[in-house]
Amino acid sequence: MRQILKAFNRNTRAMALKNRINYVFITLLAIFSFSTVMANTPEAGHEEGKKEEKFNVGEMIMHHIKDAHEWHLWGGHHNSTSIYLPVILIDGGLKTFSSSHFYHGTPASSIDHKTQKPVDYMVGVGPAADYAMFHEKIYKLEGGELQFEGGHPHNVKPLDFSITKNVLSLVFGATLILIVMSSVARFYKKNGAVAPRGLAKFIEPLILMVRDDVAKSNIDKHKYHKYVPYLLTIFFFIFFNNLLGLVPIIPGGANLTGNITVTFFLAVCTLLVTVFSGNKNYWGHIFATPGVPLALLPIMIPIEVVGILTKPFALMVRLFANITAGHIIVLALISIIFLNKSAAWGALSVPMALFISVLELLVAFLQAYLFAMLSALFIGAAVEEAHH
Amino acid sequence: MDLILPDFGLLFWTGLVFIILMFILTKFIWKPILSSVNARSEKIAEALEMAEKTKAEMKSLQAANENLLKEARAERDAIVKDAKETATKMVEDAKTAAKVESEKVVAAARQTIASEKAAAIAELKTQVASFSIEIAEKIVRTELSSDAKQKALAEKMAGDINLN
Repeated sequence: MRQILKAFNRNTRAMALKNRINYVFITLLAIFSFSTVMANTPEAGHEEGKKEEKFNVGEMIMHHIKDAHEWHLWGGHHNSTSIYLPVILIDGGLKTFSSSHFYHGTPASSIDHKTQKPVDYMVGVGPAADYAMFHEKIYKLEGGELQFEGGHPHNVKPLDFSITKNVLSLVFGATLILIVMSSVARFYKKNGAVAPRGLAKFIEPLILMVRDDVAKSNIDKHKYHKYVPYLLTIFFFIFFNNLLGLVPIIPGGANLTGNITVTFFLAVCTLLVTVFSGNKNYWGHIFATPGVPLALLPIMIPIEVVGILTKPFALMVRLFANITAGHIIVLALISIIFLNKSAAWGALSVPMALFISVLELLVAFLQAYLFAMLSALFIGAAVEEAHH
Repeated sequence: MDLILPDFGLLFWTGLVFIILMFILTKFIWKPILSSVNARSEKIAEALEMAEKTKAEMKSLQAANENLLKEARAERDAIVKDAKETATKMVEDAKTAAKVESEKVVAAARQTIASEKAAAIAELKTQVASFSIEIAEKIVRTELSSDAKQKALAEKMAGDINLN
C-alpha cells in the first residue's frame, strides 16, 4: 500500500509539475462551478410579495447527483433554462419525443395508498400523454394516474433508453478521450520514436504509469501485454469522466462516475475479464484450496465464490461513493450561503468548497488509478501460475 | 433508493459507449502509442549500449595510443642511445686509427732513423778505416823513415815475439 501511495505521490508530483497549466485550468473550472451551483439553486426571496420558497438542501443535492432527462443550465423552478433531452421508450414499439413534454406537462397528484398523503408528479402531454414522470423515472399511466404505495409508484415502467444527462455526458467524455488520444497517437505516428511534446507529454506518463506501475507490476510479465489496453481504457475513462464531473458547466458536471449503473458496468467488466482469464491455478485455489482439509471445503468454496464477487462489488461501491460524496460535499458547502440567505457566508463556504474541489481533482485521479490498479491486481491473481 | 439501483437504459448506453471506445482505442490508439513508446525505449537502450561500447572502445584506443607512444618513446631512446654509442665508437675508432697511424709513422721514422744511423755509422766506419789506414801509413812512413827507427821497430817486434 505504501508502494502504491509512493508511486501515486511520484506520479501526481510529476503531473503537477509538468502540467501546471492544465492544473490551473482545471482549478479555474472548479472555481467556476460555484457560480453555476449558485445558479442551480432556487432564487432566495428576491421577488417581492411572493412567499419565499423554502430551500431544501437535500432535495437540491439529490437532484444534482441523480440522472435527469433534462440538462439544467440556470434559473430556479419557475424561470429555469434547460436543454430537454430526447426520451426513447420501448413500449409496444419505439417511441421518441422531447423530455419537455414531461417538464412542461400537467402537474398531477395521487394519494399514496399506504401513507394516505398526496404525492406530486408530472403527467406528460402530446406524445408523452400515456406516461408520467416521477423523480426522473418514467411510468406508464394506469387509469390516468400513478398508483403510489409507500412513496413509490407501482405502475409499469417502459424500457427507457433515453439520452439522459449521464448518457450525453458519457458520449461527450468518450469523444473527448478519442480526440485527445488520437491527437497523441498522431503525434507518435508523425514523429516516430522521439521525446514527447505537447499533449503527448502530458498523456504519456499516464500511459506509462498504467503500463508499468499498474499492469506490469501486478500481472505476470509474460501475460500483462494482453490486459494493458483494457486497463488503459478503464483508467482514462474513469479519469476523464471524473474530471468532467468536476467541470460545472455543460458538458461537464454530470455525476457520471458517481452513478451506480456506470460503476456497476465497469466492475462487471473487471469481473468478466478476471473470470475469463482465470487459469487452472486460480480455479484450483477457489474450488480446492491447497493445504485446506477436505472437511473444510464446504465452507471454503462458498467463501471463495463470494470472494470473486465481493472484489468487483468493492470496486463498484468505492468509485460510486467517492465521486458522489465529492459532489455532495461541494454542493453542501455552497448551500451554506443559501441556507443563511446571505452572500457574506460565501467568505466561509467558497474557500471550503474550493479546498474540497481541489481535493476532488486528486480524488478524480486517485480513484481512476485505484480502479485500474485493483483490476490489474485481480487479473494478476487470476493468471498467476503456481509457484510453490 | 434509486440512487443505488442500476438503471437499465444507462447500463445499455454505458456498455455500448464503453465497448466502442475500447475497440477504437485498442485498435487505433493504444497500439501505435505503445509500439512507438516501446520502439523509443529500445532506441534509447540501444543508444546507451552503443555509448557504453564506444566508451570502452575509446578506452582501449587510448590505451593502444599510450602503448604506441610508449613504444615510440622507447624506440626513440634506443635510437638516440645507439647513435650516441655509434658516435662514441666512431670517435674511439678514429682515435685508435690515428694512434695506430701515428705509431706507424713514428715506427717508420724510427726505422728510417735507425737505417740512416746505421748507414752513417757504416760510412763513418769506412771513413774512420780509411783515415786510420792513412794515419797508419803516415805513422808507418814516419817509423820507417830512418834505419835506426826500422831497427828499433824490428827489435821491438822481435821482443814481442819472444815474449809470446
